[in-house]
Amino acid sequence: MIKRGLVIVGGGPAGMAAAISAYENGVKDILLLERDQYLGGILNQCVHTGFGINYFKEILTGPEYAERFIEKVKNIPEIEVSLKSIVVSLLPDKTITFLKPGRLETIKAKAIIMATGCREKTREMVHIQGTRPSGIFSAGLAQKLINIEGLLPGKEIVVVGSGDIGLIMARRFTLEGAEVKAIIEIQKKTRGLLRNMVQCVEDFNIPVYFNHKISRIYGKDRVEKVSACKVDDNFNEIQGSLFEIKCDTILMSVGLIPENELIEMTGARIDGNKTSVPGIFMCGNCLKIYDLVDGVTEDSFLTGKLAADYIRVRHPSLQR
Amino acid sequence: MVDVRDGKVLKVTGNECPKAELYAISEIEDPARILTSSVLGQGLILKMIPVRTDKPISKARIFDAMKEVKKIRVTVPLKFGDIIVKNFLSLGVNLIATRKAE
Repeated sequence: MIKRGLVIVGGGPAGMAAAISAYENGVKDILLLERDQYLGGILNQCVHTGFGINYFKEILTGPEYAERFIEKVKNIPEIEVSLKSIVVSLLPDKTITFLKPGRLETIKAKAIIMATGCREKTREMVHIQGTRPSGIFSAGLAQKLINIEGLLPGKEIVVVGSGDIGLIMARRFTLEGAEVKAIIEIQKKTRGLLRNMVQCVEDFNIPVYFNHKISRIYGKDRVEKVSACKVDDNFNEIQGSLFEIKCDTILMSVGLIPENELIEMTGARIDGNKTSVPGIFMCGNCLKIYDLVDGVTEDSFLTGKLAADYIRVRHPSLQR
Repeated sequence: MVDVRDGKVLKVTGNECPKAELYAISEIEDPARILTSSVLGQGLILKMIPVRTDKPISKARIFDAMKEVKKIRVTVPLKFGDIIVKNFLSLGVNLIATRKAE
């Protein structure tokens, strides 16, 4: 079995910052695994501005923020980047198996940093009644379709939830010529950033319904309409408040969940940026959901240093 | 606090830095935003190339700008930061690529 120093799973902002930091703290053998064909993770599809205000003191788009780290990673020969590489198994002895085009590789690592990001909650997780037609997308998927694939998923949109991605996609759809008929938020106020309420919603006069929920989705093959209603403090329907909205597309922006399937495989418990398995560390959205990437970068630098310190103590031969 | 009369700012008070005064005036009199979108690439590895205006443009011109953005086809490799359209819509801003496209 091939033995490696530090293996990092995920080449988004967390994984890249951890790799750079581990190198700067003395690790000379780093393997960065990324399942996509590019580094950068979710930043690649976040073409809007608002990144880097805290970390770089500049307003950048997602791809611009990513580019600064991609360049840095590429200029460090000690960091080997393996793209199109999907980890399929992780064992408590830090044996990691990944699939890349044409082959399956198994590696024994001295230390591992998990930077696998998060996943979007789906319609099924918020229990909306009705049919199961096409036209129901998570907001981030719609973002990928528009910004990466160049496809417009629909023309008459209802956004469920007022998370940041939902607000940003309400603007994105409006710019693309679609009509955003409503943003439906069950809570009293938005879960998103104030600047997104102003620049994505108010700028384009998109109707927002707080204290409202979607009670049913209609449509046989494609979404045809939804019914919405006002809710009380216990999120129950207020009698007589039901109304319908005609639409062909529903975007779900109802929250994010850390992605930790691989950590679960090891049976390890997560404890801050460490786990109960010595030498397996965590950073980024798989640890907790961040509002801003700047915080991901800062915290991931700490995790990279932590892994470097672990390797220094346990495996002094791996030092530069 | 922003004192406004007939759509014009008379006075900004209570701001903690000079930037806030300029921002308040702009927000009232002619709000401006950086426009971000993505344009179609042809013959490149990336199908869509993310773009933005290098400076904010008047909010009132955002939809005109989007019409133009949709017409653009990028056929040559671009570095990140390369200008795609100079003096975009004669607004005194450039439309730039925000990602490398080979």
